[in-house]
Amino acid sequence: MKADKIDSFYFHDVNTPPTQVNRREFLKNLGGGVIIVFSLSQLAFRVGYKSLDQDDIPQFNAFLRVKEDGRVECYSGKIEMGQGINTSLAQALADELEVDISQVDMILGDTNLCPHDDGTWGSLTTRFHEPLIRAAAAEAREVLKKLASEKLEVPVDQLNASNGKITYKNDSSKSISYAELTNGQKIIQSVSEKPELKKSDEFNVIGKSFHRRDAVEKVTGKALYSADMRLPGMLYAAIIRPDAHGSKLLSVDTSAAEKIEGIQIKKDDDLIAILHENPETAERTRFLVKAEWEKLPSKADNESIFEHIKKTATNRRVRYEGGDLETGKNESELTFEHEYHDGYKAHASIEPHSATAIYEDGKITMWASSQTPFGTRQEVAEKLGIPKEDVHIKQIFLGGGFGGKIYNRQAVEAARLAKMVEGTPIQLMWNRSEEFMYDMFRPAAVIKVNSGITKNGAIKLWDFDIYCAGDRGTELFYEVPNHRTTNLNGQDVHPFGTGAWRAPGNSTNTFARESHIDIMAHSVGMDPLEFRLKNMNNQRAINSLKVAADKFGWTKEKPPKGTGRGIAVGFDAGTFATIIVEVDVNTQNGEVKVKRAVVGQDMGQIVNPQGAIIQAEGCVNMGLGYSLMEDIEFDWGEVKTNNFSNYQIPLFSDIPEVIETAFVDAMDEPPQGGGEPAIICMGGAVANAVFEACGARVFRLPVTPERVLAALKEKG
Amino acid sequence: MAETIKFELNGKQVNVEVEPDHTLLWVLRSHFDLTGTKYGCGLGYCGSCTVLMNNDPVRSCGIMMEDVAGTKIVTIEGLAKNGELHPVQQAFVDNDALQCGYCTPGMIMNAVGLLERNPNPSRQEIIDGMEDNLCRCGAHTRIIDAIASVSDKKKGVVQP
Repeated sequence: MKADKIDSFYFHDVNTPPTQVNRREFLKNLGGGVIIVFSLSQLAFRVGYKSLDQDDIPQFNAFLRVKEDGRVECYSGKIEMGQGINTSLAQALADELEVDISQVDMILGDTNLCPHDDGTWGSLTTRFHEPLIRAAAAEAREVLKKLASEKLEVPVDQLNASNGKITYKNDSSKSISYAELTNGQKIIQSVSEKPELKKSDEFNVIGKSFHRRDAVEKVTGKALYSADMRLPGMLYAAIIRPDAHGSKLLSVDTSAAEKIEGIQIKKDDDLIAILHENPETAERTRFLVKAEWEKLPSKADNESIFEHIKKTATNRRVRYEGGDLETGKNESELTFEHEYHDGYKAHASIEPHSATAIYEDGKITMWASSQTPFGTRQEVAEKLGIPKEDVHIKQIFLGGGFGGKIYNRQAVEAARLAKMVEGTPIQLMWNRSEEFMYDMFRPAAVIKVNSGITKNGAIKLWDFDIYCAGDRGTELFYEVPNHRTTNLNGQDVHPFGTGAWRAPGNSTNTFARESHIDIMAHSVGMDPLEFRLKNMNNQRAINSLKVAADKFGWTKEKPPKGTGRGIAVGFDAGTFATIIVEVDVNTQNGEVKVKRAVVGQDMGQIVNPQGAIIQAEGCVNMGLGYSLMEDIEFDWGEVKTNNFSNYQIPLFSDIPEVIETAFVDAMDEPPQGGGEPAIICMGGAVANAVFEACGARVFRLPVTPERVLAALKEKG
Repeated sequence: MAETIKFELNGKQVNVEVEPDHTLLWVLRSHFDLTGTKYGCGLGYCGSCTVLMNNDPVRSCGIMMEDVAGTKIVTIEGLAKNGELHPVQQAFVDNDALQCGYCTPGMIMNAVGLLERNPNPSRQEIIDGMEDNLCRCGAHTRIIDAIASVSDKKKGVVQP
């Protein structure tokens, strides 16, 4: 490790925070202990990981430090938004380093303290970060053993590390703690090429269930989110917004607002904001501003959007291809052609986007609800025209993200305002209607599927056209000799911003594929489980389906009329997931109640089983929303959905009484994603269960009572 | 015009000079720096701003300060006593009944209010009582379990 590569970082106990220091200065300022730095490029774990920001390719990706008091700090650019990495990463570290987990402090998402990280998304943390942290911890353990070997005058291979101590195997009275070893030391070392990692049968902490380490802070109200910062003299901001995206400001009259005592009105190009020391005064004064906007003509609304998408998403790109479609058609005895629709979905985190910022002496310090602190730093630096080293994004909890907080519009707005009132802290928290308007929605999408099978239920043809959902999760795990998967996109398709929503696009794709698989199974009178097993060609997919089916107690016998079971299998973030649900359908009013959900997952090594189960449960409960009720209402740029009154998310009475999770045992395999995979299966599982319950095939998400009734009517 | 409003906040008498039509939520957050009470929707749909007013759970975003005068308000910060978590708080910890934690203070305050009225609710009564508190992470199942665990302890019986 070249220490000049760690120039831009500093530690808690450095008196003067340096932004640029040379090697000598860095080492001088740095506190003592054993410091292990590790870079992605050193390790084979980096396969599949790509940095988006080429200027910022990490010299090292995280580091840990065994301090002189024996406590361990781990610095990572990831953030905690509920997914539980504050616990699971600490577990991985504690296991390899042989310390109690309570000795570990995770410092997350601080752009001055933590090494660069692209962002907390894509279920990447456990897949790519956990192996690095383990490697660094293992390296630190070996460094400590070497130190102990010198002190105790015992060969390294005669020493055991355990519970923050190193002990001579043959004489346990010869023992020395990490604190004693690190005291007065300063050792900086990079991870070697092949650190000695534990095998699964040596794990003491990995693979054991731990409660959340942040729970006490969160149940007492002490956990701080970005709008919980209280700084002296802080002003709250409210921004003037149009009714619709794409509107042009014609005129603005702030004269009535200006009469309110203590109000400041700030204008910068398109940004018009009201600032006041009282948040409600700022918010209410918004209504005194008269702004006239010119709205764009409407091209589509939430009903006509699907035709609009098919007309405008015309750039075709074949993603996967094999065999010959014409041959597939000829070999098929039965063919199936269907179109699946999915409307826009909001992230709807309960915490709206917010940011607190103070700009002083050309530098800005911010707390922002962001899944990409380093991306926020970059965006803010560019917008303010200052070096990115002068932007400091600090650690904070996020009140949910789900992909919605990858985008940092609110942080940039707060930063611009903070610069206009230099020295005065600014807090901006979007209200719920802004949160809906400026959400980067999961895109509306159309999937066209054309397929064929033999009468024995062997799939011969698969032609899958994806309009606007992207191709995530669409590599086939069914054996099909003649297949093609095509991505279709275009300019000016969506009236507003769209983006990553928990397993981007994959919920839509999986709904379409697994509905279509079900249709083919039923067409030849085959059990949907049997049909899948007959056609699947990926052992991990089969394993996830089998553990789910076993847990569910799947049989070929159909439940009584009105009750239905549905299966969906999918692949996301390295994990194969299956969900099987049981539903009741009321054929009088079309209402669907999911009574039971079983998740089966092959997700490789599981660090915190309790955490993995909780993520699966979250996927089921959040996934119910897009499956049954969530849809954005809009007329082109005008997002009519503006609060939870017209965007219903699952309530306590909606969630299944029973949610069970089964994992495929793969503890010696690399860990895979856990936050996203299961959610992709909910839509397909629910739609398939509705079909078994009452024969209604719904081709559009969400499966609303109206759509169930319409499908029942069509079936006759 | 600002008025002096007197009320009891987490066991202490307080006076605050505020506009009488301003809401309890923002006065708690910005005047008293009690930021455990969260803004989620501002219109009473989500419940993340729930506090106890004379032992009843209320949505503080819809409570005007003039109506707070003379009442007893308890927020999430006032629940733990002498450093010991309230049984509902402890149950949320023990059952991992939270993920991002943002809806948690409102959930806990609503659950405390629910148990005040009905110390041993059935599962269905817990669902009905918690129905309008929103959680996006999907911790519902564990929240129900957490509340049930507290009610069971109180009565020493397990409800179906």
